[in-house]
Amino acid sequence: MEIDPFIFRLSIFILSIFVGYYVVWSVTPSLHTPLMSVTNAISSVIIVGAIIASLAGSSLSVFNQSSIFGFLAIVLAAINIFGGFLVTQRMLAMYKKKKKDKK
Amino acid sequence: MISANLLAIFYLISGILFILALRGLSSPETSRQGNLFGIIGMAIAITVTFLSIDNFSSGFLYVILFLLVGGSIGAFIAFKIPMTAMPELVAGFHSLVGLAAVFVAISAFISPEVFNLGTSGNIKLASLIEMSIGAAVGAITFSGSIIAFLKLRGIMSGSPITFPGQHMLNLLILISIIVLTYFLCLNQSPNFFWSVIAISFLVGFLLIIPIGGADMPVVISMLNSYSGWAAAGIGFTLENTALIITGALVGSSGAILSYIMCKGMNRSFFNVILGGFGGTDQTSSKTSKEQKPVKNGNADDAAFLMKNASSVIIVPGYGMAVAQAQHALREMVDSLKKNGVKVSYAIHPVAGRMPGHMNVLLAEANVPYDEVFELEEINNDFANCDVAYVIGANDVTNPVAKTDPQSPIFGMPVLDVEKSKSVLFVKRSLSPGYAGIDNDLFYRDNTLMLFADAKKMTEDIIKNL
Repeated sequence: MEIDPFIFRLSIFILSIFVGYYVVWSVTPSLHTPLMSVTNAISSVIIVGAIIASLAGSSLSVFNQSSIFGFLAIVLAAINIFGGFLVTQRMLAMYKKKKKDKK
Repeated sequence: MISANLLAIFYLISGILFILALRGLSSPETSRQGNLFGIIGMAIAITVTFLSIDNFSSGFLYVILFLLVGGSIGAFIAFKIPMTAMPELVAGFHSLVGLAAVFVAISAFISPEVFNLGTSGNIKLASLIEMSIGAAVGAITFSGSIIAFLKLRGIMSGSPITFPGQHMLNLLILISIIVLTYFLCLNQSPNFFWSVIAISFLVGFLLIIPIGGADMPVVISMLNSYSGWAAAGIGFTLENTALIITGALVGSSGAILSYIMCKGMNRSFFNVILGGFGGTDQTSSKTSKEQKPVKNGNADDAAFLMKNASSVIIVPGYGMAVAQAQHALREMVDSLKKNGVKVSYAIHPVAGRMPGHMNVLLAEANVPYDEVFELEEINNDFANCDVAYVIGANDVTNPVAKTDPQSPIFGMPVLDVEKSKSVLFVKRSLSPGYAGIDNDLFYRDNTLMLFADAKKMTEDIIKNL
């Protein structure tokens, strides 16, 4: 009797949904926009799949059908990673407390 | 080259750092640190993926090149984008995640051996199902987000596009995706795979066109959720823990935001998704066209009222974003504070076009976040406040939601603006809001209508203070 590794992954998935559920409820409503941009950035970790895909070609021909899709996915995910984290950074830098800025 | 086990542990660490990134958002103080955790998590995930590659062929250089190309475009956008354009930026980013998921799935389908999923034409059944789900959800996210982007950007009309048999058609298409996936599993023919993707693109398009502009907060959260599920689907295909954890986090995050937005409108999720509501062209309820008297004021009156008030509550809405009035507003508040007036801001959950839209704009205008309150926190304070300054909001202040069971917005939580001693309502005309209903507030004795552009009126008030 052996457990299919799929079940382990499914367990991780289900537990992460629960973690996400509780963590997101604790996010303050005023930061919901940064929440969306940061989730955007982190979901672009899909880039790891894109990197593996893009190296599907042989050393003789870098570009074949599947590596081209991989390269395209790298560009898209990279836009999101850099764009997402930086725009979140920019937004979060604007949230200030009272007193700190009395111009 | 690092071992598969070590790789998996590093992916787990990335996943944990992503959880901490979201955890940081529980307060503005910890949020910046949280974002840093997210960046570190991403850097770890990418670095260990590089280290796992055993042959550094010339393809590797292209990986770096494309990474830098994408990264520069992303960084450029992030620095250039004005804060008012945040909703469409987020929609645009969602579409990219969706499309990236589709591309990775296609790549895995064409060369399964690269991902250890079997050989072409003989892919493991579970992997085939997982990649179909990832590709389908990714495609729906992509085309749906494109439509949302076009609507938010104003390129496409915000009013819902409906036609008879729409729901039936969507249902049929969804069933056909399942049937096609079944056939794909039977004979692994690429034609079925391409059909699933093509039809999913169509679904995303059809799903979003009937949804009106004011329902965008729900749509954008929903697409956020979809992009997460698409990532998770790919994560299962690639057997990658970081992707599975992240997908689940993002998926549940988007789902919770959708729920909060629906609750803010007192509408069920299905009601929003089935669409049709929330356009500007709705035939207004019961055509109450008889001209009721309104009190019309000017900047001078408004300045006088606010200067002599002891407390003022500002109620911003989408109109403030459109008019870019947030900076003028903060200046006005600064001069009021010099006069000893206590000022706070009240934000309705669905104000604006995305969750937290108003908060970001106020933060941009240097409004301290501890002066900004959510509906539940501040709603009781209206009774003790002298002036409520409603700028660009409408439906979220309509008392009809509390009194008239016939009204389409009945039961929606609203800000009790009418309880304050006087209400200043900045609006361009008497036209109804997005729900297509007349706002009872306009005709109250304690309401003074200020007909002007939000920014111009606020600037005029500053001159008179």
